[in-house]
Amino acid sequence: MSALLEVRNVTRRFGGVVANNGVSLTVRQGEIAGLIGPNGSGKTTLFGCITGTHAVDGGDILFEGRSIAHLRSAPIARLGLLRTWQQTRVYSEMTCAENMAISAREAQGGLLSLLRSVPVSTRRKGDDLLAFAGLHEKRGDKAGSLSFGQQKLLEFAMALMNEPKLLLLDEPTAGINPTLINGLIDRLRRANTELGVTLLVIEHNMRVIMNLAHRITCLAHGEVLAEGPPEAVRADARVLDAYLGVA
Amino acid sequence: MLDNLSLFVQYPPLAADVILNGLLIGSIFALAAYGMALVWGVLNIVNVVQGELVVLGGYVTFLAVQAGLPPLLGLPLSAAVMFCLGWLIYRAVIFRVVDKDIFISILATFGLSILFQQLANAVFGSDVRTVDAGLGSLHLLDGTVTLSHVKLLAFALALGAGGALWLFLRHARLGQAIRATAQNPRAARILGIDTNRVYAMTYALNGALCGAAGSLAVMAWTIHPYVGLPYTVRSFMVVVVAGVGNVAGVVGAGLGLGALENVAGFVFGVEFQIAFVFALMVVILVWRNAMAARKRGYLE
Amino acid sequence: MNLLSASHLSDWHIMGALALAGLAGPLLLPALATQIAFLWLMVVFALTWDMLGGRMGYNSFGNIVFFGIGCYAAAVVQRDGGLPYFEGLASGLVVGAVAAVLAALVFGAAMLGIRGHYFAIGTLGLGIAAGEIAAGWDYVGAGSGMALPLYPGELGSREIFFCYSLFALAALCFLVFRWLYGTRFGLALNAIRDDHDKADAMGLRTTPIKIFAWSLSAFFLALSGGLTANMIGFIDPRDVAFAGATFGVWMVLMAILGGKGTLWGPVLGAFVFHIVQELFWTYLLGWQRVALGLLIVVIVVFFPQGIMGWWAARRLRATS
Repeated sequence: MSALLEVRNVTRRFGGVVANNGVSLTVRQGEIAGLIGPNGSGKTTLFGCITGTHAVDGGDILFEGRSIAHLRSAPIARLGLLRTWQQTRVYSEMTCAENMAISAREAQGGLLSLLRSVPVSTRRKGDDLLAFAGLHEKRGDKAGSLSFGQQKLLEFAMALMNEPKLLLLDEPTAGINPTLINGLIDRLRRANTELGVTLLVIEHNMRVIMNLAHRITCLAHGEVLAEGPPEAVRADARVLDAYLGVA
Repeated sequence: MLDNLSLFVQYPPLAADVILNGLLIGSIFALAAYGMALVWGVLNIVNVVQGELVVLGGYVTFLAVQAGLPPLLGLPLSAAVMFCLGWLIYRAVIFRVVDKDIFISILATFGLSILFQQLANAVFGSDVRTVDAGLGSLHLLDGTVTLSHVKLLAFALALGAGGALWLFLRHARLGQAIRATAQNPRAARILGIDTNRVYAMTYALNGALCGAAGSLAVMAWTIHPYVGLPYTVRSFMVVVVAGVGNVAGVVGAGLGLGALENVAGFVFGVEFQIAFVFALMVVILVWRNAMAARKRGYLE
Repeated sequence: MNLLSASHLSDWHIMGALALAGLAGPLLLPALATQIAFLWLMVVFALTWDMLGGRMGYNSFGNIVFFGIGCYAAAVVQRDGGLPYFEGLASGLVVGAVAAVLAALVFGAAMLGIRGHYFAIGTLGLGIAAGEIAAGWDYVGAGSGMALPLYPGELGSREIFFCYSLFALAALCFLVFRWLYGTRFGLALNAIRDDHDKADAMGLRTTPIKIFAWSLSAFFLALSGGLTANMIGFIDPRDVAFAGATFGVWMVLMAILGGKGTLWGPVLGAFVFHIVQELFWTYLLGWQRVALGLLIVVIVVFFPQGIMGWWAARRLRATS
């Protein structure tokens, strides 16, 4: 499997705080990669660096072999690299169906292509993906009126609507009703296998990430602590130390 | 325009006069900008009515002098009256918009700005007003540089007020409560700080600073009902350049703006001075946004 | 508008009624032609402001710039063009529209990257700077403004002509905007309003979208400026062309009063505001502008959702 995303020695500082210090990781085409680490270890900052919301102070980021470290978020998204947020971001005053329609790939086109109404095929696809996320009956509701968990699902469906090559998910199960988590894992897997979306997932729930990911990277204090298959990372003494605080 | 520029370069004492007088006027801008930074930092409101508070402060001193009081007494009087007015404005309007969408507070204070501007026009008329402080002037370089003592007083007061504000925020109990509220109003409430009172006092304090600035403006310069918005924009610019929590930066940026504006007024002609102030603000915003964009950010 | 259709009124019914009123109004009430013309001008103001403020979440205090450019472009072309009245007017309108769109492209590229209150105050500065520059610039008459050529028709026909022209402009503006809001472009505007960062992160071309929206507003505002300048027959830099303290504020106020971000809100706001103003303003005897300031504060503080929002909330309560 070839590398879809390569993060090479990325460093990011906020004032005096080094949030990412020479972080390197690789996401291969077609896999589900996991990113774990204690709070404040720099996972979300790394997402920001990859998707163009934070400036990269050192190192490089390659997507399909091309440097994206200096692009801003919109051109990166158009290359097929999307993210979701831990606190979810949806267009709250628009309906779910509208959220889906404006997330379609063709909405990224130039001005002229925007001056058309949403085609029936796009509407149908949006409806199908809403059904996939279990939100079909909410399609006419404002996104802002959904519960937090539903907004997370909507955000996930919006990302899939865009047919990304790589999707970065920031804690997809945080704040979700535990009884719904198995269904969510199943959906993430189906997105990967049936829709062919490569995933990089930040997750705090160990049961979820050990189940889901093919490979896991563990960050601590802004540096890569361990990397490898789930079993190996779980067994790594340094990872246990980082989580349990046995210094 | 080019003639003025060459005159400016060829005759340094004249340049010194224009720049020094501008710097000293800039201390009035700095005073008003302290207040704007306070309100911005603590209430998270861009106070568009700022300039009208300055102008009203000027009218208080003007009226006091008309009533026979010595001009210098007008200074504390303006500050006191505007402190009370600030408190009233907070109680009547500002507290209703303090936690609302930022645009609501901008529009509400903009409405207040129009209200006070037009009230001033209706009550005091549209004449240009000034007050002779009777303090005389300082003459330098054989009289080519003339600095009125009022302007020097303004300068001293701006520095003094800046220092006092810094000490107040750092050491006084209310000052500490103000800083705590600015950082995290919810946490401050949990710790027993009456944030509503803190907001009211902050806004009233802003009123006092504007009142003092206005009093100095009417003595050192002129006021009329329509110069409010320029003061708002000047304060805004100064705070944008200096940063919300930076007292020393506000002094520096205020003085710098005063000098720059006076030079521009001299070079382009006084009729374009206000245009220069507003255009400069647009340029500063565009410039800062372009700088932020280079770091994958934006000005918000 | 689901809440309108619920009362058995469709957009088409309302549009038909307004078209009828617009066509018949000046004939039935020729004495009120000027007031009716100003009503259509207000509709253009509210609609064009709402495209940015209501739909896109960019609260501009500087849209008056484009109106002013339209005024001055028409005045200069009609003064220096040496053309007969209507040819001069037509070319003035075209030049004004082109100039305003170019200005919107430049200002938009520079300023639409700025967000939140920085954008609001920045555009406020833009509007006032434009007025001050016009007031100091001798080529356009500086502080004493410019007079426009006399309308060649018989007495009373001028008002009728501009009344119909502004009605046609308002109708065109409404129809174009209504169509746009139904396209992906309309959705993209709303997406930018609801979460700009998200829209960027989803790969929307937000910068061209925003610039186009502002240019379109500028286009209609410039046309309305050229027509209004000719209707009044005189432009003052601060009180007509770049009248930030009246027209510039009214734009915002009407859109909010009616309900921003809705199709009919700005139109409704323009009607209510203009009619109230015509009926009561004269009784205020010089205190109009004081009242305007007070009105802004009251509406913004107590009624920010506007008439449409209030209506929707009421209906929601009634059904639940």
